[in-house]
Amino acid sequence: MRRILIWLPLLLFAAFIGLFASGLFQPDDRIIQSRLVGQPLPDFDLPAAASDQPGLGSRDMAGGKPRLLNIFASWCVPCAVEAPQLMALKRAGVAIDAIAIRDARSDVDAFLARNGNPYQRIGLDARSAVQIALGSSGVPESFIIDGRGRIAYQHIGDIRADDVPTILARLEDAR
Amino acid sequence: MKMLIAMSLALAAAPAVAQTALPPAPWADRQIPDADQERAAKALMETIRCLTCQSQSIADSNASMAADMRSQIRERIMAGEKPEAIRAWLVSRYGDWVSYAPTADPILWPLWAAPLILLALGLFLMRGRIGRRRP
Amino acid sequence: MIAEAGLAALWLAASLALLQLFLAVTGLKGGKAELLAAMRPVAVGQGMLTAIAFSLLITLFLRSDMSVLLVAMNSHSAKPWLYKFAGTWGNHEGSMLLWVTVMGVAGGAVALFERALRRDTHMATLGAQATISLGFYAFLLFSSNPFARIDPPPTDGQGLNPLLQDPGLAFHPPTLYLGYVGLSVAFSFAVGALLTRTVDAAFARAMRPWVLGAWILLTLGITAGSYWAYYELGWGGWWFWDPVENASLMPWLAATALLHSVTVLATRDGLRAWTIMLAVIAFSMSMVGTFLVRSGILTSVHAFAVDPERGSFILALLAIYIGGALALFGWRIGSVREGAPFELISRETLLVVNNLLLSVILGIVLIGTLYPLMTEAFGHKVSVGAPYFDRIAGPIALVLMLAMAAGPLTRWRRDRVPAVAKRLAIPAAAGAVAAVIIATLAWGRMGLLPLFGLIVAIGVGIASLAPLWKRKLLRTPLFTWGMVIAHLGCAVSLAGMACDSAFTVEKLVAARPGETIRTAGWALRFVQIMPLAGDNWTALQADLAVDRGGNAVMMRPQSRFFTSPPTTTSEAALLTRWNGQLYVVLGEEVEGGRWQLRIWWKPFVTLIWLGGILIAFGGALALIGRERRGWLAKWRARRAVA
Repeated sequence: MRRILIWLPLLLFAAFIGLFASGLFQPDDRIIQSRLVGQPLPDFDLPAAASDQPGLGSRDMAGGKPRLLNIFASWCVPCAVEAPQLMALKRAGVAIDAIAIRDARSDVDAFLARNGNPYQRIGLDARSAVQIALGSSGVPESFIIDGRGRIAYQHIGDIRADDVPTILARLEDAR
Repeated sequence: MKMLIAMSLALAAAPAVAQTALPPAPWADRQIPDADQERAAKALMETIRCLTCQSQSIADSNASMAADMRSQIRERIMAGEKPEAIRAWLVSRYGDWVSYAPTADPILWPLWAAPLILLALGLFLMRGRIGRRRP
Repeated sequence: MIAEAGLAALWLAASLALLQLFLAVTGLKGGKAELLAAMRPVAVGQGMLTAIAFSLLITLFLRSDMSVLLVAMNSHSAKPWLYKFAGTWGNHEGSMLLWVTVMGVAGGAVALFERALRRDTHMATLGAQATISLGFYAFLLFSSNPFARIDPPPTDGQGLNPLLQDPGLAFHPPTLYLGYVGLSVAFSFAVGALLTRTVDAAFARAMRPWVLGAWILLTLGITAGSYWAYYELGWGGWWFWDPVENASLMPWLAATALLHSVTVLATRDGLRAWTIMLAVIAFSMSMVGTFLVRSGILTSVHAFAVDPERGSFILALLAIYIGGALALFGWRIGSVREGAPFELISRETLLVVNNLLLSVILGIVLIGTLYPLMTEAFGHKVSVGAPYFDRIAGPIALVLMLAMAAGPLTRWRRDRVPAVAKRLAIPAAAGAVAAVIIATLAWGRMGLLPLFGLIVAIGVGIASLAPLWKRKLLRTPLFTWGMVIAHLGCAVSLAGMACDSAFTVEKLVAARPGETIRTAGWALRFVQIMPLAGDNWTALQADLAVDRGGNAVMMRPQSRFFTSPPTTTSEAALLTRWNGQLYVVLGEEVEGGRWQLRIWWKPFVTLIWLGGILIAFGGALALIGRERRGWLAKWRARRAVA
């Protein structure tokens, strides 16, 4: 017994070192995934965020075909960076809707004029309420909603050119 | 050591420039008139982790999303919702990560058991060291 | 040239450390204890060279020599000189150089001044110290060279983080480092004693001043850090249970336990193996803290640029030193004989309880801090924060406080329950009266933990003074005074924590200039808001005329904008009164010309840090008291020989 006790500190210490090493060599991952992936989209009904486009409600997302729901804001720099990829997705025939977070209509209009407009509907979430209900932790983020109104996939961060094939494949899966 | 927190805060603060120009949500920095409700809301906010600044509670953060969460929590408390129900609702969105108070999830059982195990180990080590040899 | 000279001094110091290790090994293997005389100048020379290297780095920072990479990355020519100076250690490389400097100087002091140890133990201690230093020299020279040049030099530097541009912070990190290094000396003593099988009271007496000194500095460092977070972060909190804060708390907990166990070893020759184990744990906690802070494996810690290479280096050092020491412990401790068991009713028992509870708290903080890392290995993200630590460590700390009250009132070796109870009667009665008063006044309005905290603080505060009862105060030994004051400091600090969490009044308002805000008996008249220019910042400053019935005082919270690097900070305005602090923060502008103000009245909050200062002051008295005795004894012995 005494022998075990004497060597116990070294064993515990080795375990800690292993833990530290695994933490050190793991890819640094600070992304908080939404728990709602695989669940139905929460109910919401948002007013229009842009001058010449309708607002967005959760009913609009359950039209039988998968859609991409982009969470963005006119004040967010990565959102402008991902705009060309969204335009490419639109050209590939993807139906894209958006929620603008803490935004003003004139700012959204200017943003769309500058970066192109890939969206069919844009809802204004002035107090991040829908964003929180979706379990989204920042902008930009994109959700794939399948035809029955379920969240099928969440992409965190801006969509890069090499993310486009993955998103297209996931949209296909959600069909 | 505190300087390190400062540095991380500053890193978190840097993108603040890019934050929205909209005014803060109505109840983000406004107290509920009812003192008991405000106390309950505040206690909850102190244990909800800010999503955009990572290592602060939403009660201690300038991030706009934290302000929106504070406002939402105050509004829901005023509507009569229980703090633990709101916590559960947030956990169902963001996982256990969002709560600084560890939940009862099985993966956290060892954490709750840790103090008992440590005390037991300590008492075991002490056995025989303390006793009444001579009356 | 200066940078190259600094690098040369560092290389020379490293080679002296190697020589010191070589001499120690030769001396110990060949049984040539006289080699100790040769080790002294080597250790002293190493200390001087590191001091030279560090002064040269300070010179580079003061001169804003932008051809040195470290200066260019962390300084700016427009900075006030104090922050250029403090910028020397406000970064990874500089702080590691500070670390080896303090270690080198401490090693020189151990070589010069230590006389009580057996010569072979002394040699082994210096050898262990050289081994630790070598690892850090390698770290500096091979992966974190502070003297590296940049070509071409930039026109100006990138600046120091504005939050760090604060006088309190200039001296907070070096205080903690001094404490960590003091624990490394204690660790070296433990390794030396294990190697030469001399774990006894003499060893404990030789190690004690280093433990005590390190503990004083850690206490001051944590106190200062807590106050800094309180006024600089602008949220009125003084402890956030952030991983970085926990990293500084863990060595302190271990050092506090070690301080008490080493006293048992020095006085009663008991707890031998346990004291050695604690010395190893205390130093390993310093290194674990350094590792956690710099590797970036826990969130909050993007601090010193996250760099896996540095992280692996510190991890390797940690594994070698602590793993080596624990292996040595397992191998040698079997031959260390434990003394006879203690009587149940004795001061020894209470000190063992102190050690048990401190170790449990240390374990809780360690596990709580690392738990998110463990679950992440299973793909599950969790957070462990204040609710866990408060609920678990809080009650244990209160029990620990009770043991602390009883310890000094119980005799060494053996005591009787009625006698102890008699000595504790007055403090217990005071605590009971306080309990009745507080419970009737504030029942249901304060949480259980603050309630019990306040009651325990009052009882323990009185009990901590009881050892002075019926004694001639001037003839009471200095170390008894030190213990009394340190214990009183714990009670004072606890009272401050309990009052802050129970009685703080918060007021959030959006106010226009001209309006008056009333809260907690105070009236704050918002006079105006004006722009303002400082050394290297501009600010918006709110002027508030504040009174509670007497003359008005101005409070001026600011929102500061720094340009290098671009950052916004809020400068809280604090008004200290005997019974608390008024704390005002200026927030953003909201619509209609209103400004967001956060106002707190925090009754007796200053007791938290006053207690911390008392603890450190008590430690200093004890250190002087103990050491003066030693010096006197040596002096008398020398006279007797002559």
